[in-house]
Amino acid sequence: MSDLKNIQNDYSAKLNNNLSLDEINQIKSELFGKNGLISSQFKNIGSIPETDRKKFASDLNQIKDELQNLITNKINEIESKKINEKLEKEKIDVTLPERPFARGKIHPVSQTIDEISSIFSEIGFSVEEGPDIENEYNNFTALNTPDNHPARDMHDTFYLDENKEILLRTHTSPVQIRTMLKDKPPFKIIAPGRTYRSDSDQTHAPMFHQVEGLHIDKDINMGHLKGCLNYFIKEFFEVKKIKMRFRPSHFPFTEPSAEVDIGYEIKDGKIVIGEGDQWLEILGCGMVHPNVLKNVKVDPSKYQGYAFGIGIDRLAMLKYGINDLRAFFDCDYRWLNHFGFDPLDVPSNYRGLSR
Amino acid sequence: MKITFDWLKDHLDTKLKEDKLLEQLTNVGLEVESVENLSVGLDLFKIAKILKTEKHPNADRLKVCDVDVGEKEIKKVVCGAANAKEGLITIYAPPGAVVPKSKVKLVVAKIRDVTSYGMLCSESELNLSDESDGITELSPKKYEKSIGKSYFSKSDSNLIDLSITPNRPDCLGVRGIARDLAASGFGKLKNLKEKKIKSNTKQTVKVKISKEKNQACSSFGSCLITNVKNTESPKWLKDKLVSIGQKPISAIVDITNYVMLDINRPLHAYDADKIEKGIVVRNSKSGEEFTALDNKSYKLDNGMCVISDGKGVLGLGGIIGGTRSGTEFDTKNILLESAYFEPRSIRSTSKKLNLDTDAKFRFERGIDPSSIEDGLNKAALLIKEICGGEISKIDIQRIETDKIRTIKFDTNLFEKITGFKISLKEILKILEDLGFKIKKEKQNLKLTIPTWRPDISQEIDIVEELVRITGYDKIKIIDPIKERTKSTLTQSQKLFHFLQRAIASKGYFEAITWSFTDSNYNDHFKDKNKEIKIVNPISSELGVLRNSIFSNLIMYMNKNLDRGFKDLSIFEIGPIFSGSNPGEQNTVVCGLSAGKRSRLSWIEKERNVDVFDIKRDVVQTLVEAGYNSDKFFIDSETPNYYHPGKSGRLFLNRGKDQIAAYFGEIHPNIIKKIDIKTESLVGFEIFLDNLKLPKKTLKDQKTKFAVSDYQKSERDFAFVVNKEVKAQDLINAVSSVDQKLISNIRVFDVYEGENIPENQKSIAISVTIQSSEKTLNDNDLENINNSIIKTVENKTGAKIRS
Repeated sequence: MSDLKNIQNDYSAKLNNNLSLDEINQIKSELFGKNGLISSQFKNIGSIPETDRKKFASDLNQIKDELQNLITNKINEIESKKINEKLEKEKIDVTLPERPFARGKIHPVSQTIDEISSIFSEIGFSVEEGPDIENEYNNFTALNTPDNHPARDMHDTFYLDENKEILLRTHTSPVQIRTMLKDKPPFKIIAPGRTYRSDSDQTHAPMFHQVEGLHIDKDINMGHLKGCLNYFIKEFFEVKKIKMRFRPSHFPFTEPSAEVDIGYEIKDGKIVIGEGDQWLEILGCGMVHPNVLKNVKVDPSKYQGYAFGIGIDRLAMLKYGINDLRAFFDCDYRWLNHFGFDPLDVPSNYRGLSR
Repeated sequence: MKITFDWLKDHLDTKLKEDKLLEQLTNVGLEVESVENLSVGLDLFKIAKILKTEKHPNADRLKVCDVDVGEKEIKKVVCGAANAKEGLITIYAPPGAVVPKSKVKLVVAKIRDVTSYGMLCSESELNLSDESDGITELSPKKYEKSIGKSYFSKSDSNLIDLSITPNRPDCLGVRGIARDLAASGFGKLKNLKEKKIKSNTKQTVKVKISKEKNQACSSFGSCLITNVKNTESPKWLKDKLVSIGQKPISAIVDITNYVMLDINRPLHAYDADKIEKGIVVRNSKSGEEFTALDNKSYKLDNGMCVISDGKGVLGLGGIIGGTRSGTEFDTKNILLESAYFEPRSIRSTSKKLNLDTDAKFRFERGIDPSSIEDGLNKAALLIKEICGGEISKIDIQRIETDKIRTIKFDTNLFEKITGFKISLKEILKILEDLGFKIKKEKQNLKLTIPTWRPDISQEIDIVEELVRITGYDKIKIIDPIKERTKSTLTQSQKLFHFLQRAIASKGYFEAITWSFTDSNYNDHFKDKNKEIKIVNPISSELGVLRNSIFSNLIMYMNKNLDRGFKDLSIFEIGPIFSGSNPGEQNTVVCGLSAGKRSRLSWIEKERNVDVFDIKRDVVQTLVEAGYNSDKFFIDSETPNYYHPGKSGRLFLNRGKDQIAAYFGEIHPNIIKKIDIKTESLVGFEIFLDNLKLPKKTLKDQKTKFAVSDYQKSERDFAFVVNKEVKAQDLINAVSSVDQKLISNIRVFDVYEGENIPENQKSIAISVTIQSSEKTLNDNDLENINNSIIKTVENKTGAKIRS
């Protein structure tokens, strides 16, 4: 009995001293080694009288656990002290720069195209494309703009042959023609892409971007056109209300035709879209001309609908406060870095168009 | 088209104000481009009388004039005009006035030591005429009593500039605009009872329209006015023209211009005495020449519509007259022409000759054929009134009668197209106001189209008229339904967007550059493609379609390097062209990377960007896009704009079907020629159209999840091979041993030099071996080891390094 008590007292006291790891290991083997004090006691259990044996074993186990815990704690204490001492010497200057990383950017026109596609996707439009090089028929004639029509003067066209039969498309409208020739109605498409006009000054570039829209079905009227564009403009500029004006205009391929203005004002030198008493023209649209439908073998007595064309670069300029159209195509690193978008910033319906 | 509210009121009775007018013009489709007040400051110009002139003490040709400007004080004005003399009544501009022609604001100035208070003005300086020789001379009879008064009559009317769409020639005359406004409820169109010529004299100049194929002139009206005295226009006429920014010339010219602007009826006045033996309207013969009123000589093709006489061409019908028969101030007898010319012919002739005139602009849009007589009546009577003389009867030659055009209009179409209703009463009123004649027929209206509306030919045009006049604001918004029946993007469009963002995420800045380029740059990159020239480029630097994106990208890369950015990666995704037919284009992702990695880094060692950087960008992008890099096949056949030894060609699989990408260093000769200053320039091209689209959806691409938990072993090998042997061949040889067991192969060292024979190299690889069925024992592993060594040695001629 007293043996156990003595071991307990002796070693508890010892382990309370300031010990090195070696000294603790020494104690550990004195107690729990093959012939250690505790180990030997366990061997003695058999020689203990039966009446006392149960109590002895229980006491022994208790003392064993106690001492083992003491040792483990002591070791942990020393090890953590050691680590702390080591860490104390390992301080680095974390304000030094991180390893270099590369970050690219998406061009604002590409971002805007993705935004536009995302908005029209929600209301059921799909994306169509057409070639940059077009024939004169798809670009003009099929769109009810015959040769020797003054409306052709509205487009300064780049030609690729002397006969003026092959050209760079002056608008995305020929995609309407291609789409309708290829498939059967109904049609509900947008067609973003590059367009070309031989015009170059501060506000015109020889290449720019348009998005065409076309919705043809049995009963699509001007109210649908107004609703679609009203929805698009609100979503695009991320405003709840938009001041919008439809006014009559003329395009050979639509009848009736309209141009759409949105209200704006200048606040602290920045343009604010959707309010104010100034008007800004942003797109042209109208009901697809029956002649165009006939040209693509769609029966205008059964099908009707609208088309629109929007300048993408201009929309990007308005939304992101870019002043100079020419800069879009100048590839100045500083400009791309300033106006570009992070590639992970993908516009979508559920997470919103912009951050 | 420039108008003033005052001029509009010649045709329109209205009580509404100008701000309402501007709004209404836009509402009916006559877009107001700008509004300018021309008369601001003009009231400062005073009628004045020179009381005395003295020679300038310090200049021989200058005079110092004492001028009475109607104030107590006599003004001293220095003037250089020869005609400045005592008693002359002229126009005086005080300091502060802005000279209309030069837009210069006058100040009190010392001219050779004599102070001059203002200026005496010539007609040219006031935009009244081209007369710049001397100061304006006003008739004492008319102006003696007006000294001190403003010369220009006061007008609050602004100059309104309208953008008239090409379908509305009728609105190139003030009356047409007034008609639209009246129809929309903005006042009432005045019923002008035009006076008619009353004459007994015959028109004695014989006119003949030759009947030939493609005759563009269907009718030619004329009248002769004899014994006129061409003169300055009266003030009301001058004021009218000046109010819309036109310059008065002489009464006869001004009158024809006035009639054209007022009712869109172009006229032409000939000096009748200069016409030899009557007029023939005919097609020109190739080689005929004439000098037009713009003082240029034109050589004609076959088949252009000309007005000719016994001596040859007098003018191009409906486009421009000739100098030979032009009217001048001493013209005595005038033949006035009012004709109809086919728009198509006008347009093709003027395009061929590159001629643009006011008359051409109107005729090519379509002139009201029934306005021939109205124009002659109006102009001839005005000429008689202002220039005197006698008017002949009107002579009209026709080769065909004007067609009356009608449309049947189903009134239900209006609601079908616009989505809203208007009453039949409203429909009738609008159409009547616009000049339609209407006959009701059950469901339909039978409409006679006004002769001045060549743009209207079918029912839909009537809908447009009705909705335009009713107002687009009446169209109700129908909100779109949020429903998608077809996927928004096709597989290849999805791939486009994916590659675009995948490349950008690797540190590349997206550029958008022209689809055309400089042929000098294109030559470097066109490889075997043919050059595609633009017939009418904006400049020679943008003269060809690009055969490769590199030509533009390298130019802009160079500009950015010149700006001082040394380490830069840019890319573009877009079309390149292989031919000039629609569809001969391919979509390419093209990137360039210049300079160093980790330049001036405290922690990383700096190095030049190299082929393996750009190869990683290409391979990683393709892997991210869903292609299996284990199947990629790479060789070194690349176009001549890449470094021949440091570039590669990538196929998606060993079948070598279509080239997926190129990557490599840009050829040093090109870098030298373009003079690019950078440590290193590497580039790539990924050909989107050559990438096979995955047939399966992403859902189906995810096969059953199966991994092995049995122990894997790694074994290292070093082979010595001939230099020509590619690492790819070695790897392929290893993986061919047992694709089930060999799960990964890595090259961890490539070495040439000491201890390795010349023309040979050592490639060290690490192979991961793992079974999905059991833990491999030493024996199994030994077998695979031997098999790997044997296969590699057989297939590549390699020797294992001991």
